[in-house]
Amino acid sequence: MLKKPQYIALALVIVVVLIIFNLPSQTMSRCKLAISGLFLPLFGLAGSSAQLIEKTGHTVLPRSVLTKENQKLRQENEQLRIQLMQNDELFRENSRLRQSLEWQKQTRWKLKLGHVISRDPANWWRTVQIDIGSAQGIRENLPVLTSQGLVGRTSVVGQNRSQVLLLGDPNLRVGASISDKEVRENGITISTSGPLDNNLVNFQYFSRNNAVKPGQTVITSGEGGVFPKGIVIGQILDVRNSNIGVSSEARVKVAANLNSLEEVWVMFP
Amino acid sequence: MNPLNTIFVLLAAFLAVYCESSIEFFRNFFGAQIDLLPAIMVYTSLTMGLVSVSLLAVFGGLLFDSFSANALGISIVPLLLIGFAIHRFHGLLLRDQIYAQFAFGTAASILNPLLTLMILLSGETNPLVGWGTIWQLIVMALGGGLLTPVCFGVLDSLSRALNYQPVSQTSFRPDRQIKRGRA
Repeated sequence: MLKKPQYIALALVIVVVLIIFNLPSQTMSRCKLAISGLFLPLFGLAGSSAQLIEKTGHTVLPRSVLTKENQKLRQENEQLRIQLMQNDELFRENSRLRQSLEWQKQTRWKLKLGHVISRDPANWWRTVQIDIGSAQGIRENLPVLTSQGLVGRTSVVGQNRSQVLLLGDPNLRVGASISDKEVRENGITISTSGPLDNNLVNFQYFSRNNAVKPGQTVITSGEGGVFPKGIVIGQILDVRNSNIGVSSEARVKVAANLNSLEEVWVMFP
Repeated sequence: MNPLNTIFVLLAAFLAVYCESSIEFFRNFFGAQIDLLPAIMVYTSLTMGLVSVSLLAVFGGLLFDSFSANALGISIVPLLLIGFAIHRFHGLLLRDQIYAQFAFGTAASILNPLLTLMILLSGETNPLVGWGTIWQLIVMALGGGLLTPVCFGVLDSLSRALNYQPVSQTSFRPDRQIKRGRA
């Protein structure tokens, strides 16, 4: 039989659980961020250790290797500067044409760098936490990407940390289209085809008689208001008819490597 | 009960959640992250009282949910149920046998995610579940089962190293002493 203090302990746990379950969702999110804040010293320690190891590695690296790498990066930087110049000119031209056609003006993407500090320990969600929050201007529902492509969007935002829903999470849907001159197919990317396929998402609800082929690039369509048009999501892997037969669906290999995210960019409209 | 043991267990839960959220080896290699909280709960429920079990369920559950997209507090209930069930029969269980530790660790590691998923699916949330979940449950069960004896070893060693040891009783009894010489 249970003793009196044990009954009290059990009753207390039940009361605590009931209180937590009945908290408003915003308070619950704040509580979550506050509790996970307990781990900040550990994350800080791990980050400093990693930096120390990296610095030690740099001192060990031969000068010739560093010079070679430096030269390569300089060349790459030059190339990117020239491309940027060309893009600037194209952007100006695009703006002038849009103005003459009285279309809505497009704004440049503003980006903020964030470091991934932790991953969802549960196997049934796809989220990560990053080290920037409302203090750095982050708010809910901002697109998150890497240089390879779309990663997801911000969901819960704390003062110095934010939770990011990754592509493939059941709570994230993205309006997508095929980036092809001849094919204009709009659809929605929905969660992964299975819990084990981290880098595969389903592209659904596009017309059955389509010209969608494996290898085509899928980009954000700009519909839905969260993601601007033109961010690369991935490439079509295969196409099949959906069970109902009204529309088709395709598996898309996500361009960004979601298994090893370290740095991500949060995009401001 | 020494409160130091409970503190060790809570500290172990803290480190376990930290490792689960920052080490990605198991997730990338096996397709599933191994949860250490059920293993620690098995140790706690076989070694300590119900107060420690309750504290671990609340503390561990809240820490786990704070990193997850789970609703806060969801993980408390499965952990508490597992701890409570094992604690009810802890007098009958072979706590010191490694195979018993493995068996309880495996059972707890498969029950914990199953119960959590059941609670999530009964609510408005829509977790990522499919055929791959079976593989994930197997990985979690085996991983948790294998790590349970390790948990027992580490936490028992810590407890022995930092607690006062019970004084060993000798067979000497003064009332049974044979007195020699003349009466």
